[in-house]
Amino acid sequence: MKTITVNEISLKWEENMNINVILKRMNYTFRMLVVKVDGKLIKKHEYESTVVSPGSDVKVIHLISGG
Amino acid sequence: MNINEMKSKHNLLKDFSYELGEIEKGYTNRTLYVNLSNNEIKEKPVTQLMKDKFIGGKGFGLKLLWDATKPDTKWDDPENEIIISPGPIGGITQYAGAGKSLVVSLSPLTDIVIDSNVGGYFGPFLKFAGFDALEIQGKAKSDVIVIIDGKNGTVRIENAPEEAINSHILAEQLTDMYAESENKKNFVSVVSAGLAAENSHIGVLNFSFYDKKRKKVRLKQAGRGGIGSVLRNKKIKAIVAIADGIKPNNVVDIDAIKECGARFNKEIRELDDDQCRMRKEGTAHLVEIMDDYDLLPTNNFKYGSHKDIMNIHSSVWRSKFTQGVFDGCWIGCTMACAKAVDGFELKTGPYKGDKVIVDGPEYETVGGLGSNCGIFDADHIIEANFYCDTYGIDTISFGTLTAFLMECYEAGIISKEITGGLEFTFGNKDAAIELMHQMARGEGFGVIAGLGIRKMKAFFAKEYGADINFLNDIGMENKGLEYSQYVSKESLAQQGGYAMTNKGPQHDEAWLIFMDMVNKQIPTFEDKAEALHYFPMFRTWFGLMGLCKLPWNDVEPANNAETDEPGKVPEHVQNYITIFNAVTGLNIDNKEMIRQSERVYNFQRTFNIRRGYGLRKHDAQPYRAAGPVTSEEYESRSDRYDKQLLENIKVNPEGKTTEEKVAILREYKENMYEQLLDAVYNRRGWTKNGVPTVAHLKDLGMDLPEVLEIVEPLQ
Repeated sequence: MKTITVNEISLKWEENMNINVILKRMNYTFRMLVVKVDGKLIKKHEYESTVVSPGSDVKVIHLISGG
Repeated sequence: MNINEMKSKHNLLKDFSYELGEIEKGYTNRTLYVNLSNNEIKEKPVTQLMKDKFIGGKGFGLKLLWDATKPDTKWDDPENEIIISPGPIGGITQYAGAGKSLVVSLSPLTDIVIDSNVGGYFGPFLKFAGFDALEIQGKAKSDVIVIIDGKNGTVRIENAPEEAINSHILAEQLTDMYAESENKKNFVSVVSAGLAAENSHIGVLNFSFYDKKRKKVRLKQAGRGGIGSVLRNKKIKAIVAIADGIKPNNVVDIDAIKECGARFNKEIRELDDDQCRMRKEGTAHLVEIMDDYDLLPTNNFKYGSHKDIMNIHSSVWRSKFTQGVFDGCWIGCTMACAKAVDGFELKTGPYKGDKVIVDGPEYETVGGLGSNCGIFDADHIIEANFYCDTYGIDTISFGTLTAFLMECYEAGIISKEITGGLEFTFGNKDAAIELMHQMARGEGFGVIAGLGIRKMKAFFAKEYGADINFLNDIGMENKGLEYSQYVSKESLAQQGGYAMTNKGPQHDEAWLIFMDMVNKQIPTFEDKAEALHYFPMFRTWFGLMGLCKLPWNDVEPANNAETDEPGKVPEHVQNYITIFNAVTGLNIDNKEMIRQSERVYNFQRTFNIRRGYGLRKHDAQPYRAAGPVTSEEYESRSDRYDKQLLENIKVNPEGKTTEEKVAILREYKENMYEQLLDAVYNRRGWTKNGVPTVAHLKDLGMDLPEVLEIVEPLQ
């Protein structure tokens, strides 16, 4: 099975797997995120168009919010 | 009785006149001292040492309280004080969130210093009236109000027998009484508590501001640690500040502040709808997010999510909150997150049938009064929020202690016979609201509950033979203060962020769950210790200044992700440094900013030590904060915990009973927390027992003789 790593968790890779798909699979619903794929920053407007390859290392950095 | 009749019943006890003066570079350079035992009122100078070492706000509060009390002073002794201070930045209107007051006192819950950060207009008005802090000591013989008239330069103590005690009525009465005209009501601010504050240890102070658009008095709370109970114990009905307009802070560089403010306001306008939606939902935007990440406390922190989350989803709150009106708790705050429900018809209690404005609920209130009690009913949460506010009690402590009672009830530790008929099953909203009304009436089981979890644990063990070890595991308090509303089980760093705090487990020192549990950015003890040094120190700084924390990171610049440390929001940190320098004329950088906080933070730790606390054993946490106490909890997330056994502890869970697995996991987690304590103490410059080292205090320039006298014998 081909996988990617998201925040050090192994996730099954899918064809045409973009950032929005990854966020959905991980149930990452928080909106204040910084996303990097293999060290490269992906801006929010690029989430749909950025497709990841098998073996990619994805970092989804959740920032801090709330009282 | 109308307002004039009420006022005619006032009896003047003391009238003090003073020169109004000006604010210079953020400071008025004097504080106001009021003693209610002998009706003494005087000005006290602010020394250069106070400004250099303690800065203002919480720092001034700690310094004044230290000087005014003895190590064995109790919360209800006359010499205990309530100190309110806005800090040097407090009162500016060009940057969001600059109207906060810091309140400091000895807490009835913890027996140590409590500090609480609150909005509303009182703090700025106190400064406009000519004072960097208000220090109230002593006890009145009967109910009084203290009126600080910043228009005429007088301070008065008056007996006030006729006014209400509950805040939503009292604040309106006094605003009507002391406003020069309808158009000047926004220049009156009232500090008050309520009936439940005087009958419990979880009292809050309500700080008012007048909402001109709604033509209503609004209330913001200094919520934590029972300061409202101290207020009522001193027989203070209210403290009133009257301003003669908005006074300038006479800052050094107003253009620099305006530039920061304009840039920030643009971010709010353009980015808030896609980020935290603070203007539409306030902090309630977090409810379903916390549920999604298994962090929303449910049934006394047993679980972190619930199937009925949609009933208290942020979209529900958005529909309940009035949209499109000003909701800033100080002038110039474009974040405007002080949301309110208008025209809410009450269904219970002494005001049943009244249509009222309810300030909130905020996230913590939804978690405390709702999910943590197993209650997923938005209207109940609004009703309970209203009564907590007007009765003057803390929604966080009330929620957490009610959740504790519910677990005790379901575990058979208490029964209907003990509670006077209240059935504290999870989800029983009728029992929860009746408990609150009992607290306000000072009767029944409400009196016991109002003592807080720590005292209830001892009471249940002594009177009903309950297992104290189990109560200590499930009673979500540390240092005597009830936990705020986040599940910390899967974040070791947040366990420290709660239990290593100076005042008790409030998340305003550090919120590290995402950084630790989700992002895995701080895997080592040293990484966690660095975070548990930087963030508590950075966030302490807001409390020295009169600032709100929310504008720091509840909206972020569009390019924040491109910075080296987006979690710190570097552009906003620089804004604060620029503003501090522009107000005071000083020239600090981001390192000195942290050192300013460290001085005060270490002083507060030493204050706790002086009172017989503040050591390693006082940073212990209830096991519920770290892991599953019961088999039921373990089995609810058995995949997760079995994986932890296998991967972290190298123990195969197969063939083991749940009780055995709970015990193995517990030993591991408790050991991890002890290692965290070692790492954090080392990073903070403390001994293994949690005492600031002399060398560290010297390095900070905080080696004051009175501080060294406390810590030197403990090195």
